[in-house]
Amino acid sequence: MESRKNPSETLDEIRSLMERSSRFISLSGLSGIAAGLFAIIGAALVYIYLDMIPFDGKRLYYVEAIHSTKWGMNYITFFLLDVVFILIGAISCGIFFTTRKAKRKGQQIWDALSQRLLVNLFIPLVTGGIFCLGLFYHGFFGLLAPTTLVFYGLALVNASKYTLKDIRHLGYCEIALGLLSLFFLGYGLEVWVIGFGILHIIYGSLMYWKYERA
Amino acid sequence: MKKILDILESTKLDNRVRLGIMSILMVNDWVEFKRLKETLELSDGNLASHLKVLEKEKYIAISKQFVGRKPQTTYQVTDLGRTAFETHLNALEALVKRKKENF
Repeated sequence: MESRKNPSETLDEIRSLMERSSRFISLSGLSGIAAGLFAIIGAALVYIYLDMIPFDGKRLYYVEAIHSTKWGMNYITFFLLDVVFILIGAISCGIFFTTRKAKRKGQQIWDALSQRLLVNLFIPLVTGGIFCLGLFYHGFFGLLAPTTLVFYGLALVNASKYTLKDIRHLGYCEIALGLLSLFFLGYGLEVWVIGFGILHIIYGSLMYWKYERA
Repeated sequence: MKKILDILESTKLDNRVRLGIMSILMVNDWVEFKRLKETLELSDGNLASHLKVLEKEKYIAISKQFVGRKPQTTYQVTDLGRTAFETHLNALEALVKRKKENF
């Protein structure tokens, strides 16, 4: 009989239930900021390792890399360590901040919703990953940066149906950046910094500002 | 005014729990009992009794399977339930509009 007393409150409750039961809304903006920071630190390490500066388009990373033995590491060891550092940093911060937000929101961290979100994120992401391995295999190193950004953007657009809608716009930005960089090859690391670093920080801040500031 | 209230009552959804169940089923395909219980924060008995009402009205379809050795019951909204939910929501919205005009 409650609905008869205050219909607008009932409608709000229905809206909230529909949202809460169909989308994973505990994704924290702070995890975006953290991922962006780790990406920028990771990229900075690459510049230091290769003794290069951003937008110095005259030299190619993969030509430079082969000769580098800085810090007693060959380039394969260095890049692997760098990638592992970025991934572990970004993922653990993401899990930490999202778990914290889920607890506050009373949402489960590992349930049908988060699983569905991850499955839909990973379909384009794994496809892109294998596609990049193929490019790598054939020696198309210059195409790696545009391809990762485009597939990451598509993954975000796809996943946005199951989480905060704002992710969709981040996806559009990543796709646009990836396509643009396809026509300006040779700035792979720079567009990676923009796409995975700066865009993540901007979107993470916007989402934190919009949903969590309190 | 009277007519809107009649509609609200006729759908049998003039109840917080039943409306809550329907809201979840409207946006999800086949939902487990456990998930309904957790989302709505209800006891087993309370949820079951309201599900029974919805089942009697033919608003929801029920499926029972075994996952491993455990029985699992899942629910889905029927076309009849979808229509009833929409009717109820339209009536609620009409009521909100009416109230705004009066003030």
